[in-house]
Amino acid sequence: MDQHNLARRDFLKASGALVITVAVPGSVTTALSQNAGGKPPLTPDQLDSWIAVLPDGSVTAFFGKTEMGQGVDVAIAQIVAEELDVAFERVSVVMGDTALTCNQGGASGSTGIQRGGMTLRNAAAEARRILVERAAERLQVPVTELVVDNGVVNVPGYPLQRVSYGELIGGKYFNSQIEWNKEYGNTLALKGQAQPKAPSTYKVVGKSFPQKVVTEKVMGTTQYVTDVKVEGMLHARVIRPPTAGCGPVSVDESSIRNIPGARVIREQDFIAVVAPREWDAVRAAESLKVTWAPPCAPFPTTANLHDHIRKAKATGSGAPVDIGDVAAAMKTAHRVIEAEYEWPLQSHASMGPACAVADVKNESATLWSGSQKPYYVRTGCAQIAGLKPAQVHAKWIVGPGSYGRNDAGDAAHDAAMLSKLTGQPVRVQYMRHEGTAWDPKGPAGVYRGRAGLDAAGNVIAYEFSGKGFSRWDVSPRESTPNETLVGQLTKWPGKPIVMFQTPSEAYGFANKRLAWETIPALLDRASPLRTGHFRDPLGPETHFASESFIDEIAHAAGADPVAFRLRYITNPRHAAAIKAVAEKAQWQARPYPNPNRGKGELMTGRGVSYTERAGTIVAVIAEVEVERASGRVWAKKFTVAHDCGLIINPGSMQVVIEGNVLQATSRTLFEEVHFDADRVNSVDWATYPILDIADAPESVDVVLINRPEIAPSGAGEPSTRTVPAAIANAIFDATGVRLRKVPLTPQRMKEALARA
Amino acid sequence: MKINLVVNGKRETVDADPAMPLLYALRDDLKLNNPKFGCGRAQCGACTVHVNGVATRSCVTPVSSAADKNITTLSGLGTAEKPHPLQTAYIAEQVPQCGYCLSGWMMTAAALLRDNPKPSDAQIRTALAGLKCRCGTHMAILRAVKRASTLTA
Repeated sequence: MDQHNLARRDFLKASGALVITVAVPGSVTTALSQNAGGKPPLTPDQLDSWIAVLPDGSVTAFFGKTEMGQGVDVAIAQIVAEELDVAFERVSVVMGDTALTCNQGGASGSTGIQRGGMTLRNAAAEARRILVERAAERLQVPVTELVVDNGVVNVPGYPLQRVSYGELIGGKYFNSQIEWNKEYGNTLALKGQAQPKAPSTYKVVGKSFPQKVVTEKVMGTTQYVTDVKVEGMLHARVIRPPTAGCGPVSVDESSIRNIPGARVIREQDFIAVVAPREWDAVRAAESLKVTWAPPCAPFPTTANLHDHIRKAKATGSGAPVDIGDVAAAMKTAHRVIEAEYEWPLQSHASMGPACAVADVKNESATLWSGSQKPYYVRTGCAQIAGLKPAQVHAKWIVGPGSYGRNDAGDAAHDAAMLSKLTGQPVRVQYMRHEGTAWDPKGPAGVYRGRAGLDAAGNVIAYEFSGKGFSRWDVSPRESTPNETLVGQLTKWPGKPIVMFQTPSEAYGFANKRLAWETIPALLDRASPLRTGHFRDPLGPETHFASESFIDEIAHAAGADPVAFRLRYITNPRHAAAIKAVAEKAQWQARPYPNPNRGKGELMTGRGVSYTERAGTIVAVIAEVEVERASGRVWAKKFTVAHDCGLIINPGSMQVVIEGNVLQATSRTLFEEVHFDADRVNSVDWATYPILDIADAPESVDVVLINRPEIAPSGAGEPSTRTVPAAIANAIFDATGVRLRKVPLTPQRMKEALARA
Repeated sequence: MKINLVVNGKRETVDADPAMPLLYALRDDLKLNNPKFGCGRAQCGACTVHVNGVATRSCVTPVSSAADKNITTLSGLGTAEKPHPLQTAYIAEQVPQCGYCLSGWMMTAAALLRDNPKPSDAQIRTALAGLKCRCGTHMAILRAVKRASTLTA
């Protein structure tokens, strides 16, 4: 060790800068102190913002995204271990803490590995480069003659010539810069001088390491955001109006006078009760008498929703794909096929309603939230608290399930507001109706397909359009109070953005047009039917329709649905996924609807579907049983072929895909938000049913197509969009009846069979 | 009123409204966070504990009705040294995603396996009917319960 390093280490020790401690598994506490001297600023261009080597040679990676139960942190640890040449077990990942990690966007768009992982890969490769160069200097051996084995730099053939990462840098900062693209969020990217490893040399990436947090959850030791308790905190429950769009006229505070410590906190139209004991807050919320403004009937009712969408004036439109001359080609068609599909409003209905804790002080605030995007929630809560974002420390802690912009961000902003108003730490725990009736909804839409066939059954013109609510009526970021219920109930008006979707596929129709239109929100302020991102935003909605329609064209053309798709797909990865799923499911071309479905009580059929999402290609074959008398559909078997390029952890991916398939099956068969003119009536699991274990498939077979040479794309969402049409197409095969309105309920099935 | 409970083998006393659900006594008074608030209406199972061995939805169970009874939560099923077979199986199958529903499925399945150590696939589905999992881990749950039935405690 040279004198310079010794001196520096002594200095670091003396100044308290040797501050890296072991991150306790499952702990939400920090692995690095931010206040000690010597720490470079927490900016993306500092290598120390990404990687730390502890004195024992173990490694902490700082990841600016969050883990929604799909094991992305394990994949990050694998990527970092791989590039640094340390054992997987020696890498810990710190996530979602704004004081410790840079904003990589939080959980967003299945980009955890696709973008976040690539950033950590480049940082780890750069760290390895620096460490090996330091070792070369220390050992007086050229870099090219060194190899690294589990964090120890060796000279092959000279067993005494070795130095560990711990000895080289353990507990100290790199103080080295790395090239940063000057962006935050999902697009944040780094480029070091180092070249990351060639995938062909991977030893850790590609293996199925288990999740440590799974063990903690199963043993009952994980702390969830609902379990956070802060000294002196008040328990809060928020009071929602019984009818949407109604503000409070008066609040009778005497109605909770007999409940110990309970009181009303009100800021304009936002009302909550707080109490030192949680049960007292629950009782106070139930007892509080509020007089509300008369109902204003803002909604068209569930039954009239799609007519409303058809008739509504468009707020925006686009046709991102417009190839050839569809109108002219359609005129020459031998036959024109048309169909229209409907998707309902759906609730995230996370397993538990949201919870957040905020402690707002004069000059600072701390926020504990399960939101996917703590970096953005921080800025919104700072506005509520009247602080600068840098004065707010947001900590992500695992919450009760999250698949997009659910109720978590609303709860966080409520907590900030209530803590500011009370001057005490406040824990907001939503009740079930807030997680189901009041969360932002997956948008409803009407989708139309029109295709022209020539006499030989070839598609000569194809158009597909969707019309519905924006996927960004509320932003997924939760970065301003304008995007939240409490903000809109006080002084921050909503700021809807127009955003929709067209199908993502690779059908090479010569004349092809894909278009969209959005319509206004039903209620522009604090609406329980505001729309936002729900797992694979607009993916299942759009592709239920587009892939059902492709099936209808194939049937009209007298073609096998697998062969028909392959006829129009030239992209080899897309074709390979369809071929892989067909082979795994032992698909043989035969006439359809299934001629052998029988006249008995049970009808069986199979259906195929295929989609792409941001580079990930998924093909699905569903096999269903339909009960003739009851109309019940059982999606009995799924076969999935999944290609997202390089696979980091096949075991995690298997269960992630299964989760997508089951949740998408639930959305396809069971889920629809019910509402009348005044209110949302889907308030709990009885009124918003989801898939029960009785409806779980018999099997989900997954074919993982690994392409080490292709950079990984996402796996958290893409298979969600492929499932709905596979089920609907299988129902057609089983029954000869086409269901075009989701959810595909027994009632709708029975009615369709009766009409057939 | 003062209510005595035996939770995971330990004697505890809470001073609470007798009508308060057991869930709040466990979570707030005893700081035992395994049972979760999911719905407050006995519709999802996230709050499930064993009360004298019976899988019980603590969100609708008045704390007074659990007086002097033995209550077991998820962390009381097993220890790191001696995990319950279900815990071993859940780890092997990497079941949970968000994991918020675990108390429902695991405490219900633990009661099933105690009463019927080798359940059929259909019996497993019947016993677990009505529980909610929003992440869609049902396939892994079915595998894990089956696997647990092959392990001895």
